[in-house]
Amino acid sequence: MSFSKYLIQRLIYAVLVLIVISFLIFMIVQLPRGDAVDRIVNARQAQGDIITEEDEAALRAQYGLDKPIFVQYFIWATQFARGNMGHSMLGIPVDKLINERIAATVLLSVISLIVTYALAVPIGIYSATRQYSLGDYFWTFVGFIGLATPNFLLALILLFLFHKFFGLSIGGLFSPGVEEQPWSLAKALDLLNHLWIPIIVIVTAQTAGTIRTMRATLLDELGQQYVVTARAKGLRYRQLLFKYPVRLALNPVVNSIGYILPRLISGQTIVAIVLNLPTLGPLLFSALLAEDLELATSILMIQSILAVIGVILGDIILSLYDPRIRMEKGVS
Amino acid sequence: MSDVVLEVKDLHTYFELEEGTLKAVNGVSFSIRKNRTLGVVGESGCGKSVTAQSIMRITPKKNSKISGQILLHRASGAVDLARLDEDGDEMRDLRGREIAMIFQEPMTAFSPVHTVGNQIMEALFVHGERDKSAARKRVIALLDEVGIPAPERRIDEYSFQLSGGMRQRSMIAMAIVLNPRLLIADEPTTALDVTIQSQILRLMKRLQRDNGMAIMFITHDLGVIATMADDVAVMYLGKIVEYGAARQIFKDPKHPYTKGLIRSIPKFGATDGAHLATIEGTVPVPLDPPDACPFANRCGEFIAGKCDVRMPAAVTVAPGHSVSCVLYE
Repeated sequence: MSFSKYLIQRLIYAVLVLIVISFLIFMIVQLPRGDAVDRIVNARQAQGDIITEEDEAALRAQYGLDKPIFVQYFIWATQFARGNMGHSMLGIPVDKLINERIAATVLLSVISLIVTYALAVPIGIYSATRQYSLGDYFWTFVGFIGLATPNFLLALILLFLFHKFFGLSIGGLFSPGVEEQPWSLAKALDLLNHLWIPIIVIVTAQTAGTIRTMRATLLDELGQQYVVTARAKGLRYRQLLFKYPVRLALNPVVNSIGYILPRLISGQTIVAIVLNLPTLGPLLFSALLAEDLELATSILMIQSILAVIGVILGDIILSLYDPRIRMEKGVS
Repeated sequence: MSDVVLEVKDLHTYFELEEGTLKAVNGVSFSIRKNRTLGVVGESGCGKSVTAQSIMRITPKKNSKISGQILLHRASGAVDLARLDEDGDEMRDLRGREIAMIFQEPMTAFSPVHTVGNQIMEALFVHGERDKSAARKRVIALLDEVGIPAPERRIDEYSFQLSGGMRQRSMIAMAIVLNPRLLIADEPTTALDVTIQSQILRLMKRLQRDNGMAIMFITHDLGVIATMADDVAVMYLGKIVEYGAARQIFKDPKHPYTKGLIRSIPKFGATDGAHLATIEGTVPVPLDPPDACPFANRCGEFIAGKCDVRMPAAVTVAPGHSVSCVLYE
């Protein structure tokens, strides 16, 4: 099987998975009692309007809520597939709301992922090659602290410290008033200035786990026979370390792209709320609180799509990286 | 004795463990000559592999201690490997070029994510080859020589794409790519089935005839020793208990342990239902061992007050045939 065939196969699976996910999301969001019409009716009644049964039925018909749920799902799914996500309860098109936030979400996730690996891999190598040394204990300690500290707490502490000592407000991704300006060097610098706080917060937790993975697998690989073989050939320890065990130990780390990326995209909601980040998480949160079903369904769907893309990316990178996986799947 | 390639004198390899000192190799002496094969035989845990690793200086770095002499004789004079820095350039230069090693499990001995050719050529590159296409040609020729069909295709394959026999052949190719004068084979056929085993043994003999290298052949299989070895060292618990020409050892074993080993070889046409002779017990772990005959507690000819008080000295019972046992003192 050629690589493009493998890719197409993966994409077909991805579409199937997304169809199943979309169905589940649609059903789960519809689960709570009552529907949009009930809420409209309640709201109008609270304002003193009198709503008759006929009015209610007309509203249901208008929103398509009188049809069986499977038909509703079908209508929603086909509309969604065409990019028509409907309107939020506030009347703003859902795709506009999502578009505003998707770039920030992807940017933050990808940068966090890169920073996580850039930190975790070297530290993992250091810890494994100097097992039980002071440095190893130090990084293990730091790692566990990072793992154990709740992200939002770290975010709050940083916010507090920066406000107290530097008088800075570090929430959001831009300084007040900058976001609306057109893109310029100054705007990009402003973004960088704000970006590193959420990156630190997100990365502390991710890095600890990846360091542990890297350290454990590298220790494993260092005990493998092929390391002895390479030494017996006369290789320098450093040469063989990076060519053989590190390369193999990176395997699970590469593999973890497939689940860390989706987690970054759909997680981090509380941190984003604390730091006032314009990502999808807080939007979903407020949509759920307001029972803005159309918006919530769309956000969940978009997050799922991004997550599935993350998994596919992880798979592709891994199959390029490890010939065993490539051959097993018959990709050459 | 100008054709002696390696001379090991009173080699001790200890591992410092939390539980005490593990004396894996405890005073071993032997020599290996050009074009000859020394078979080292013994049960698991007797120290034969550690002896090989000590010669290569690839014992686990953290806690191993080597003493004694490991003399590698070269035209320019002898060098004592036991004195060299295991990570130093001198030792690294000798590894692969002068002394090479074949391992038991060819599956795990190759990295699964690098092609076999890459790993064989690497030995050339480490030792100064610069020309990539020359290295590739050399390796293809070598793969052909060790009996791998379609070597120009196999060179770009991964170890998991090869059969067990092919892998071991590739491993041999990797070991001999620089024409080492000493080849250490640590149970090279143990993981293979019997027909492949005999093919590999024949291949090694042919290569020895062509290159004249000295071979140290480690195995627990006396049958393999009988086919391969010119001389035999029988090891038990870090010591050589009997040493001599293969023919002498098989014809006239002296040490009770050697006798036991030879008795335990299944005989062709043995009576149905007859039990195979075994040696009772297992090799003890040599943690801070007493200074006495290591085999004493399993020996059928144990003499209290003699065997358990001191280590018997090696006694020459015939020219070139020595044994360490109180029965012959």
